[in-house]
Amino acid sequence: MTQTFRIENVGLVNRDKKLSFKFNGKTYYGYEGDTLASALLANGVHLIGRSFKYHRPRGFFGAGVDEPYAIVQLFRNGETEPNIKATEQELFEGLEAKSVNCWPSVNFDIGAINNFLKIFLPAGFYYKTFMWPKSFWYRIYEPFIRKAAGLGVASTKHDNERYEHKYEYCDLLIAGSGPSGLAGAYAAAKNGAKVILAEDKPRFGGSLLTSDVNIGNQSGKDWADGIVAELKTMPNVVVKNRSQIFGYYDHNMLVMSEKVSDHLPSTKKYHPNKRLWYIRAKEVLISSGSIERPIVFGNNDTPGVMLSSAAKEYLKVYGVLVGRKPVVFTNNDSGYETAIEFKKHGVDPVILDSRKNPESEIIDEAKNLGINIKNSYVVVAAQGYKKVKSADIASISEDKKQLGKIENIQCDCICVSGFWTPTIHLASQSGNKTKFKDEIDAFVPGQSKQNEITLGAANGVFSLEETLKTSFTAGSELSKKITENDNKIAIPNVVEKKSSQHDKFWCVPLPKGKNYKRFLDFQNDVAVSDVEIALREGYRSIEHVKRYTTLGMATDQGKTSNLNGLQLVSEIENKVVPAVGHTTFRPPYTPVSIGAIVGREVGKHSKPTRKSPMHSWHEKNNAVFVDAGVWLRPRYYKRGNENLFEGSKREAKNVRMNVGVCDVTTLGKIDVKGPDAAELLNRVYTNSWLKLPVGKARYGVMLREDGIVMDDGTTTRISENHYHMTTTTAQAANVLSHLEYYLQLVWPELNVNVVSTTEQWAGAAIAGPKSRDLLQKLFPNSDVSNEGLPFMGYMEGDLFGVKARIYRISFSGELAYEVNVESDYGNFMWEKIIEVGEEFNIQPYGTEALSTLRIEMGHVAGSELDGRTIPFDNALEGLVSKKKDFIGKRSLQRSAFIAEDRQRIVGVVPLDKQTSIPEGSHLVKDDKAPLPNPKLGHISASCWSVEYDNPFSLAILKDGKNMIGQKLFAMSPLKNKVIPVEIVSSHYVDPKGERVRS
Amino acid sequence: MLYINCPHCGMRSQNEFSYGGDASVKRPELNKEVSDQEWDDFVYNRKSLRGKHLELWQHISGCRQWIKVERDTATHEIFRTFKADEEVA
Repeated sequence: MTQTFRIENVGLVNRDKKLSFKFNGKTYYGYEGDTLASALLANGVHLIGRSFKYHRPRGFFGAGVDEPYAIVQLFRNGETEPNIKATEQELFEGLEAKSVNCWPSVNFDIGAINNFLKIFLPAGFYYKTFMWPKSFWYRIYEPFIRKAAGLGVASTKHDNERYEHKYEYCDLLIAGSGPSGLAGAYAAAKNGAKVILAEDKPRFGGSLLTSDVNIGNQSGKDWADGIVAELKTMPNVVVKNRSQIFGYYDHNMLVMSEKVSDHLPSTKKYHPNKRLWYIRAKEVLISSGSIERPIVFGNNDTPGVMLSSAAKEYLKVYGVLVGRKPVVFTNNDSGYETAIEFKKHGVDPVILDSRKNPESEIIDEAKNLGINIKNSYVVVAAQGYKKVKSADIASISEDKKQLGKIENIQCDCICVSGFWTPTIHLASQSGNKTKFKDEIDAFVPGQSKQNEITLGAANGVFSLEETLKTSFTAGSELSKKITENDNKIAIPNVVEKKSSQHDKFWCVPLPKGKNYKRFLDFQNDVAVSDVEIALREGYRSIEHVKRYTTLGMATDQGKTSNLNGLQLVSEIENKVVPAVGHTTFRPPYTPVSIGAIVGREVGKHSKPTRKSPMHSWHEKNNAVFVDAGVWLRPRYYKRGNENLFEGSKREAKNVRMNVGVCDVTTLGKIDVKGPDAAELLNRVYTNSWLKLPVGKARYGVMLREDGIVMDDGTTTRISENHYHMTTTTAQAANVLSHLEYYLQLVWPELNVNVVSTTEQWAGAAIAGPKSRDLLQKLFPNSDVSNEGLPFMGYMEGDLFGVKARIYRISFSGELAYEVNVESDYGNFMWEKIIEVGEEFNIQPYGTEALSTLRIEMGHVAGSELDGRTIPFDNALEGLVSKKKDFIGKRSLQRSAFIAEDRQRIVGVVPLDKQTSIPEGSHLVKDDKAPLPNPKLGHISASCWSVEYDNPFSLAILKDGKNMIGQKLFAMSPLKNKVIPVEIVSSHYVDPKGERVRS
Repeated sequence: MLYINCPHCGMRSQNEFSYGGDASVKRPELNKEVSDQEWDDFVYNRKSLRGKHLELWQHISGCRQWIKVERDTATHEIFRTFKADEEVA
């Protein structure tokens, strides 16, 4: 027994392609072109899940994006995804889905006991109940609630799918491919405008797929197919299905999620799963249509109760009957259209119309077909637990307050229509202040704020003729403004049946003595009684009512519930709906995969990886790399089974004893050129720069205006008006912006140009007592003696035919040089240094040894220049000029900065000379003091001193100047360590700085 | 995402720019005696106003020029943009 509810020769699915799929472990069949929902309904499956709070059985309520119930966990190609709407998920061969929010199974769900306890679970129940005792929240309440609640399980595995981002520009973006969207797109395309037409469903046409209308002497659907086919051939038009425009942002930027692969068993090679489009449109035409709204009655959440438009769509698009004994409950003519479709396909519906005496062409057609119509009749309650079995119906008085005698009629589904709610989300997100339109009991867009126009049903216009007319005109006018073409298009004639005024009726009163749950919000189990409680407890603002009751929250964002909720609040409060107002529409309109939002910027792709020209050499020589900002730098060069500690110690020791070479390409480099270059440096750095001769380098510190150290580095005067500035690796980009800021905005009179040259130069630091001997062999024609190239000197040299810059600067505290060549020669330079250096026992050293060498010398780096320290804190006050002004100087007079006990850099050695002190440890006077133990300072950097062979750290310590010789404790609660330490000078090795000058 | 008219490059998306704060703040001249209050106003104190605001942006992934943007902080409407050296009337 398969697909017993599928009828022959109806619908748009491909009957030649049968697909098998599994739902809750059972195999079913459907057709290509089905959704999971239509395929399940074809098989008579109406029970799909359990509700969020009461675990009541849940079926299908809609046929698309508005669906509040039918949320499943999907399994596809070895991956799983929660929060999938069965009404949107297209069927593919081998699809597997499971119900959510039920345990152990959808048919027998233990949580359903909540349904019988519902009297205890009113609005605000969780807020009121789980408040006390406080300690119970984490241990008992939260885990319990988490187990019971939920709309699926997120995968904990790495997502192997690929997601793409795309930036696009167009003249006219059209959201929705119903009659309005197609007319607008066609007119604009004919005027040569660049058009993007987006449709969230797989099929184009919107309401034309299901309505019984005629456009230009063909059926609505045929007309739509023709337009789409023509649009697809036009080079200025992009037509996209399965693409939801979910957000309208500032300055006409809209974002669209295109489902590229969700309808396939697995993603094709080189294809993304989803593609996120950022579209900057000159004009936006919102043709997002409308969503049918329910009428509220007792047990209106029973499976088998659904929107009448959904029943019609299942029938006309998928050839599926949602029941064989339908009751159509309506307050307008739309219900009749559904009933007529049932009747045409051999099913006898009963229409209950809340109106007394409606008359229209559609109603006449229903009467002529012999459909049983009961006027002034309503459904009081649905009966049946897992599926509708019958309906309690009654006549209703003209004032809609009194019910007549209750009768029970047999039925297997109740199709409900409470008129239409325009989909105004995008317009509202754009900043458009919406207005209430009385004739349709709903909000429509008001004055446009951005370049957007809303047309057709989304604008509360339900006549096809008017929709086509306004949309053709709008498409033509909007595009004319942009392309200045004016190709007139004849507006096709339209045949549609006129409908009559709907009944302003949305909620059936409770019969005496009955206490049926009447649901407003089906996804969150919010009933009429819950909103009544919220108002009784004093919640007035609709935003507060929403949050207290959860009305209109979660994944469907109240697409079917918001207006009925507003009606209820306004009725109880005795206000009109516009006075109550609606809650804010925020993007996204529908849930968007996190993967799509993230795009390809995951893992290593989140930032570019930068490598020095010598990278391949490092790789070949067993470098272990470390991330340094966006750069990959060798941390140490592993020999044999060495670990980081052993390797870096060996490398650092070799620098102190022989010579080492370190790749310093990553340092930021900025060319500063112009007649006022010295003046700029003089204002940017704290020390004076006007008298630096050509061929000399100087170390400088720059501050922010608030007096905090921003960066440090050496700058060399290459020629009269040309300086070469170096920055720390991390601050390179900020320093360039900083210089540009002052040159362009503050001191435009300075004739200076700055440009980044970081990528132009490859750098190698050669350090150690034998570095001069090595340098002499590298540059045999240059005088690199202490006199020829003194400390902080600069010269140009010839490195085996390659032009090189040689700076005598030192970060390691040893006699040291830095050689720069143009990047393309970086590897050549490096290999030459290694080759020639062999006789001096040269070894390459990585960042770990580099740190060790600078720490034991007391040279500051990023961990001290951490955005919280001033020059004094880093023992750099000697570089602060008293004579001239510079950026940030005035701030150094602040009282905290000149306090007697100001923090200052010190050295720290453990008393046992064995225990390494974790970086970040706090320095305290008394390790037994009660918490919070007063903190005197923190360890900024730690190393193993290769000079003294014991641990050594730098710290920023309060009153550091007077603390030398004191005994403190370094405490690291994270590492669970308490280490007795002694405070020493930060200049642990060579305090007089003799080596660099030797 | 804002769409900013760089006076040098034309209309560009916000992600090419970086924000630089209030453009009406003037740095006190170098070597001038400045009171604590004046200095604090320059370094720290900002109006954080709602409405029309003249602010700095740098076209950091474009021409690298600092520009002035007149923007409504509540609605994000951009009224005018200026080059760094252009006087704002």
